[in-house]
Amino acid sequence: MHKLMASAHKEFLLLIRDIGGIAILFIMPLVLIVTITLIQDSTFKTVADTKIPILVVNNDQGTVSETILEGLKDSNAFEVILENTEEAAKNLVFKGAYQLAIVIPENLSSGLEQKVAQNVDGIISKFGLEEETDSLTKIPVESKEVKLYFDPATQVSFKSSVKNGIDKMVSKIETQSIYKAFQEQITDDPTEVIFETENFITFKEILPKTDNKDIIPNSVQHNVPAWTLFAIFFIIVPLSINIVKEKSQGTFVRLRTNPVSYATVLGGKTLIYLTVCLIQFVLMLLVGLYVFPAIGLPTLDISGRLPLLFVVAIFAGLAAIGLGLLLGTIAKTQEQSAPFGATFVVILAALGGVWVPVFIMPKFMQTLSNISPMNWGLNAFYDVFLRHGSLLDILPEISLLFLFFIATTIIAIVYNEKKNTV
Amino acid sequence: MIHIEHVSKKYKKADNYSLSDLSLFIDEKEIFGLLGPNGAGKTTLISILCSLIKPTSGSFSIKGLTYKEHKNQLKQLIGIVPQEYALYPSLTAFENLKYFGSMYGLKGKSLDEKIHNSLDHLGLAKFAHKKIDTFSGGMKRRVNLIASILHNPKVLFLDEPTVGVDVQSKNVIIEFLQELNKNGTTIIYTSHHLNEAETFCTRVAIIDHGKLIVKGKPKELINNNPGAHNLEDVFISLTGKALRDHA
Repeated sequence: MHKLMASAHKEFLLLIRDIGGIAILFIMPLVLIVTITLIQDSTFKTVADTKIPILVVNNDQGTVSETILEGLKDSNAFEVILENTEEAAKNLVFKGAYQLAIVIPENLSSGLEQKVAQNVDGIISKFGLEEETDSLTKIPVESKEVKLYFDPATQVSFKSSVKNGIDKMVSKIETQSIYKAFQEQITDDPTEVIFETENFITFKEILPKTDNKDIIPNSVQHNVPAWTLFAIFFIIVPLSINIVKEKSQGTFVRLRTNPVSYATVLGGKTLIYLTVCLIQFVLMLLVGLYVFPAIGLPTLDISGRLPLLFVVAIFAGLAAIGLGLLLGTIAKTQEQSAPFGATFVVILAALGGVWVPVFIMPKFMQTLSNISPMNWGLNAFYDVFLRHGSLLDILPEISLLFLFFIATTIIAIVYNEKKNTV
Repeated sequence: MIHIEHVSKKYKKADNYSLSDLSLFIDEKEIFGLLGPNGAGKTTLISILCSLIKPTSGSFSIKGLTYKEHKNQLKQLIGIVPQEYALYPSLTAFENLKYFGSMYGLKGKSLDEKIHNSLDHLGLAKFAHKKIDTFSGGMKRRVNLIASILHNPKVLFLDEPTVGVDVQSKNVIIEFLQELNKNGTTIIYTSHHLNEAETFCTRVAIIDHGKLIVKGKPKELINNNPGAHNLEDVFISLTGKALRDHA
């Protein structure tokens, strides 16, 4: 125990003597979490603060195009700018000045009206409600195309959501036109309501509740756990550098001749670097509680969850440290450990679902994700932060994190013994 | 005290043996000098005796103990002063020594006293709380030495302990080692300073190309080599004048 505490004290001294290193360890994760949360905040907001400017070329000037324009304005997501020609709109979008241009074709309203009228006439005559007339001799109505121009740099997810939105809007307009045509055929009184045009099937999201209040997840509740975990795992880089430095300084050679086990040496490092992880975690929570509201972001809600959050942070920290110990033991130079460590953390984060949710990953990647310690940590954090889970709920994840720490540390010790045994 | 029997060492990617069938006996309380040109195998032999590397073949024991069976006992028995400064540059001399002393199970006031006495003895008392990275080469060598003797080792291995230091530092180091030896510590050291070895060592062994060429008291070796006036003459006559550069 005395040797372990002496090792921990030495690590503490080495750490506090490197002021630049400490600043990087504590400040950079905070900068990261604030930046990412600010960027991602709008996607979580029910009412977006920022509107995306888009171009609309209205060649129709009819009721349908008016409805489309109203729909776009009502969505609150777009700032509609009218452009005169398709060519001009296309050029502006392809140069990146705008994300999107919508070109509404000529005679869209009249064409749709004509098409719907023909269909309704046909149906009504089949039911024998109207005498067969010449109107049944159909004049072919050319189908219309609403053109969408996207900036080539636009992300696929944005494109998909815009396409879905437009598609939904167009379907609604078509349906309403059909109802309207039927109404006109059946009654001469325009005020008489024959068809209920409101949707019969609607959706309602049922949110978890505490004290009869809905828990509405926000960007902060999602981002703080994800990026805290990312920062915790970045401990791999300084920790592995610390071990490699000992080898290059010659102090490791001295330690190998001393009557102290490698496990004790690593134990000292584990204690100090775990403390660093927990300080990082506390700082992140404090940012979520006090800095976020001050800069217009939602406040992090940790009410009643603090003990469990610390449990997850401790085990996630241990898993990260285990990986750092292993990397530092195997790497021969800082040039090996630093880039590998940093890249590996990014890979683990990607696999773990920090950037893209695991459920939308390809099947193979989802399987791989199951072996990422960052995925276990993230799930445990989400269990506590968003699902209000208990210790029992996070037990599988924290057990995996702990086993990962034990496994990586044992491999590091065995590797060191194998390499250095006389 | 130290029995080395038929020890050979061949590194993985090397063409030749660094040590070849080397046998040697070093008695208790000796100051034994391992001499030889660059690449002769001196550091390899010391590294083997300190359990830093494994011999390819052969065996050795220190006070009848082997690393296989008495690893921790042996580690407590020996001290090593490596060629490089095996110290933490951002820690003070005192912090470094406190840490390495703790690794031998030393603690409390007795450790603090031992550190202060040793620093005082080697002229470093007023620099105890200065960081190592502010020290000169000679000062680092002295701290490097203290870090290896805090636990009063019975055998002290030194790999070129006076390389790159000024005359004053060298004298302080040599006097300190002589005092340790008087108090019962067996000293095995490597050096390129043959004049220093001639006066400092009770016995020397000259090794070259991994093989033991000759061993004995410095005076005897000089007398046995006609035309030799000092140990350097003996060394040149046995190892030749050719440069030993290798990469």
